[in-house]
Amino acid sequence: MALTSDFVPRLWRLARLEFDAVRQRPVLLYPEGAVLLNDTGAAVLELVDGKRTVGEIARVLGERYQTDVTADVTEYLSGLAERELIQ
Amino acid sequence: MTSDRPTTLLAELTHRCPLHCPYCSNPLELIRADAELSTDDWKRVFTQARELGVLQLGLSGGEPLVRKDLEELAAHARGIGLYSTLVTSGLGLTRKRAEALRDAGLEHIQVSIQDSDTESAERIAGVSSVKQKRAAIGLVKELGFAFSINVVLHRANLDRIGELIDLAGGLGADRLELANTQYYGWGLKNRAALMPTRDQVLKAREIAEAAIERYRKKMQIIFVLPDYHEQFPKACYGGWGKLYIVVAPNGQALPCHAANSITSLSFPTVREHSLEWIWQESPGFQAFRGDAWMKEPCRTCPRKAVDFGGCRCQAFALTGDATNADPVCTLTPFRRIIDEALAESAESGVYEYRVLSGEPQRA
Repeated sequence: MALTSDFVPRLWRLARLEFDAVRQRPVLLYPEGAVLLNDTGAAVLELVDGKRTVGEIARVLGERYQTDVTADVTEYLSGLAERELIQ
Repeated sequence: MTSDRPTTLLAELTHRCPLHCPYCSNPLELIRADAELSTDDWKRVFTQARELGVLQLGLSGGEPLVRKDLEELAAHARGIGLYSTLVTSGLGLTRKRAEALRDAGLEHIQVSIQDSDTESAERIAGVSSVKQKRAAIGLVKELGFAFSINVVLHRANLDRIGELIDLAGGLGADRLELANTQYYGWGLKNRAALMPTRDQVLKAREIAEAAIERYRKKMQIIFVLPDYHEQFPKACYGGWGKLYIVVAPNGQALPCHAANSITSLSFPTVREHSLEWIWQESPGFQAFRGDAWMKEPCRTCPRKAVDFGGCRCQAFALTGDATNADPVCTLTPFRRIIDEALAESAESGVYEYRVLSGEPQRA
């Protein structure tokens, strides 16, 4: 189910964002799991702070990339929410 | 790189264990204490694993708390950026050790529970352990570790899956792994006593699926159907030599914990070779990478990209040839082996307990 634009996403309290020096990529680490992130994924998650809404995150990134990224951001965070990494 | 980078190292620090569970994932030939790797060996292996790309470390066994250097190993792992999980029975987790592990930077503890019913739990473990496990879980919670409970499911506890889920919820688990028994080694030896009926499995699935929704955002519940009851095999560890390395107590490096049961292969130890060489070059790790090794029906099957032909250890254990399709697959004639095992499953209720030395004991 897609998250709504006024939803405030939070990282699962047992997950943390790290940088993997071997792969030179950001990675989300949590019990028994790891998700390697691309730059876009990391850019989204760096804005997940338990305060910003999905809509606000999309707005910040939209300004940065000079294009409407609402659908991409919503889909990405909804996918992580489905795996309970975003709550 | 000729291969993917591994993400996970399971370090079987020891095979010594106070429990005797009849489905233990350790091999039938258990390794004795005097053959175990030293503290420095393990630290070197962890460092090599991180350099190879490993992110997740399982500190496992046997019972890893038997190792007096566990705290030192946990600290080393944290220092080089690994995310560590202690996989434990809980026995031996004193306050002093739990605090030392927390101070060492250990993040996650997974405690096994055998059953929600005390008498049954102790019969499965072959030893009195419930009280000590509860005390250990109290410490895990109090000290703020990420906390998982692991339950191996089989005929004797599957009907209590609902109680097991609520027990884990009540104990404050962040995650609950409901792992159906895998039939290798000890599990295969005890298959007739462990195998649930189809009816049990279907009821359990219904209860687990409802609980997954009910506990959403409170406790993550992982439930996978036992492969004998599926149509297609599991994609074992995401493919042979793709993501996962196990290092046994004596330093032997394996693509999965049961790989040593494939007697047509040999695996080197980390005493003789670097983990990088083992991962990239050793014949054992290369044996079932890609699909050139496959026979029919796998070779031309579109599912080979999904399940990689299933489990090599299961193919070897049940058909005698590790390059056959996993007999779980309904597209292979070997499936009759699984169907026969399912039909025979209600025959025995007697366990052959896991023991480190001497003759196996009977319940």
